[in-house]
Amino acid sequence: MTVVAQPVLEVHNIVKTYGGVHALKSVSISLIPGEVHCVAGENGSGKSTLIKIISGVEKPDSGSITIGGSRRSHLTPNEAIRSGVQVIYQDFSLFPNLTAAENIAMLSELADRRKLSSRKRIYADAERIVGELGLKIDLGAEVESLSVADRQLVAICRALVGDAKVLVMDEPTTALTHTEVDRLFTIVRRLQERGVAVMFVSHKLNEVLQIAQRITILRNGELVETGPSADYTSRSVAKAMTGREVSEERHVTPLDPDAPLLLDVKNLTRSGDFKSIDLSLRGGEILGITGLLGSGRSEIAEAIFGIRPAQSGEVIVAGQAHKIGSIRDAVRAGIGYVPEDRLTQGLFLDASIADNMVASSLDSYRTKYGLLDRKRIRESIADLFKRLRIQAPNVAAVVHSLSGGNAQRVVLAKWLDRKPAILVLNGPTVGVDIGSKEEILAILREQAAAGIGIIIISDDIPELVSSCHRVLIVHEGRITSELVGDDIQADNIQARLAA
Amino acid sequence: MRTALGRLRGANNEGLLVAVIVVVVVAMAIASPVFFTPATFFALVRSSMVPLVFALGVLLIMISGGIDVSFPAIAIFAAYTTVRWARDGNLDPGLVVLFVIAMVVGGLLGLFNGVVIARFRLPTLIVTLGTQTIYKGVLLTYIGSLYISASELPDSITRLSDVHLWDAPGGGFLHFMIIPVVLVAVLIAWMLRWTIFGRSIYAIGGDAEAARRVGIRVVRTQVLLYTLVGALAAIGGMVYVILGKNANPQAIVGTELDIIAAVVLGGASIFGGRGSVFGTVLGVILVQLINNNLVLVGIPSTWQRAAVGMLLLLGVTAQALGRVRSRKRPVIVQKEVEA
Repeated sequence: MTVVAQPVLEVHNIVKTYGGVHALKSVSISLIPGEVHCVAGENGSGKSTLIKIISGVEKPDSGSITIGGSRRSHLTPNEAIRSGVQVIYQDFSLFPNLTAAENIAMLSELADRRKLSSRKRIYADAERIVGELGLKIDLGAEVESLSVADRQLVAICRALVGDAKVLVMDEPTTALTHTEVDRLFTIVRRLQERGVAVMFVSHKLNEVLQIAQRITILRNGELVETGPSADYTSRSVAKAMTGREVSEERHVTPLDPDAPLLLDVKNLTRSGDFKSIDLSLRGGEILGITGLLGSGRSEIAEAIFGIRPAQSGEVIVAGQAHKIGSIRDAVRAGIGYVPEDRLTQGLFLDASIADNMVASSLDSYRTKYGLLDRKRIRESIADLFKRLRIQAPNVAAVVHSLSGGNAQRVVLAKWLDRKPAILVLNGPTVGVDIGSKEEILAILREQAAAGIGIIIISDDIPELVSSCHRVLIVHEGRITSELVGDDIQADNIQARLAA
Repeated sequence: MRTALGRLRGANNEGLLVAVIVVVVVAMAIASPVFFTPATFFALVRSSMVPLVFALGVLLIMISGGIDVSFPAIAIFAAYTTVRWARDGNLDPGLVVLFVIAMVVGGLLGLFNGVVIARFRLPTLIVTLGTQTIYKGVLLTYIGSLYISASELPDSITRLSDVHLWDAPGGGFLHFMIIPVVLVAVLIAWMLRWTIFGRSIYAIGGDAEAARRVGIRVVRTQVLLYTLVGALAAIGGMVYVILGKNANPQAIVGTELDIIAAVVLGGASIFGGRGSVFGTVLGVILVQLINNNLVLVGIPSTWQRAAVGMLLLLGVTAQALGRVRSRKRPVIVQKEVEA
């Protein structure tokens, strides 16, 4: 950036505490028109609190905010909106039951304090902004029926239909595939040309480096570093975020050549989803399966676990053929599965860590009288809690109070407690910050070293590179290539994915 | 999504409901020769009027994501208090004033519901279940428990009770009160579709937190909504008194199930955010059709309650199935690659 513009929004020395815990310790940041400013940090670093203060949802304890030339101690939500601050929340905050057009226009209709609603004006407003951004959205469709990526576009349009000067995007890429992220970045660049100051909040290093002109890194509520993005590499950002060296390099122990064949899948087919899938897995092996969204990669995993069984084909577990027609069959065969949407599918959010850990293995704690063996349960829980290094005051803590990484560990604990021979993980580190991600991968490596066979379904290429012995690439329902050992490199995978 | 068949089905299964009503009517006509007469038809219209006014109130609350069971208590509270006041004072201030008084009373009771629900963010079912019994208790203890017969009602009411808009040649008649009832229905349909207030109700029912974030004043809108629905219940209560030509403080409470069943059958989502006036009208017609005519086709009246209960379950099941269908993620694999 050669032109030095006046910042449109500045926060100075913001302090915010929640019940004695410092969420933000004297953080200052300034947003400049036409600049993409990334705020990076792990979960709990204070990113969300900063957004809430900028959008007026929370009041800072001290510090000030300067917007449009006037300095004040805090903003109210309506002041923020009127000053041109728009936030796109992680959950988009859209109305699923209303059309895209109405969602887009609602904000300005309310801002204009209108009493009557006009379909004509709503569509005119919506079409104007969609046209300006060069997008294609079915404006008449209910938001509920749109894809996640399209919903995000609706949220972006809504934010910009008024005269937005500052656009805050909270983890905008979490639910998107690679192509969708690319499309989002094109739009962000277009916004930049329109002179919008974009604050892009993320914990994904490669994205931060790709889109930002300026980077600010938060850790434990403190501003650790800030500077032009050209001065950073993914390694230095990761180090600033976690406060330690984080390696995303290959870290794979060679496979024991005599390891037993655990899983042998032959000719697995379900029409419309995948066809003639052959794969094998040995004890101690970590096998990666990747592919674009809709390629069939998740469907294969779900078929192996019996969620949506295959129509034909063989599944041989430890030399014995099993007919996998239901989840029960899969569990009996010794297969464990950690679902993609771990928060809704894998955990009882309101129950304690302890209860969650043994939730799926209670049967194995039966005494000879059919009662539960409390002592053995306690021992297992204590062991898992320690083994997985879950950060919580104790095992009685409720799961929804945990961060994403710790919640994921509880899910892992639950499956490990069943002592599966094979563990299938779908997107094991989606939404998890980089430090926790590294630890989860380390735990998986440990478990593999202990003899479990592990399958990771993922589109996080660095994750596959850093931990897999073998990677299968799925394209249109078929396995199109296989990478082994040192051939597993990011560019190799990327090239085959695109093919 | 918007195919010809989908349009026929309607946004909230209205088309499907029309089909069901037609099937029921045909079945009843076959089963009973006396069913298919103008008299039956006008009796159906007459018996649908009060439930429709109530159902519109329930519809509004349901769209906003709540459920209201206190409307029968509000209705009879407001109507009885009004006519009792007129009787005790030997007054007849005219229909308009009587309606206004009833609506103010109903509005205040609704306001109380709204304040409790919106300010303290309490579950609507429990709050209105509580206020229903409170309102009824207060009515019987402090206002009165006397049955007020036709001779004691204000003249302006009794006179209206016998006004026919049209006498059908084959027997039966259309009551005058159809006019205000239809007017109310049209007004509410207009409000839901064309006012920001109406759209805000849908928005709150869709996602209350998101509504707050775009600047909808959720608490204010909810309080206003419950007040409006209280006034609407009062209108229903007055129509009830006019049609029945008496005021019984023990009446109406207990009819919640029929009304809620009608609204749910009419396609309003019990999760909020969905529902239409047209669908509600159809739902009311279907429930009344069953209520009025089961006896005609030879089914004992003791089955009536069970039938309405089944209709309610049917409505909810249809909604649940619809949700599953729309949630199912699309399969994106483009084509089978032939080997």
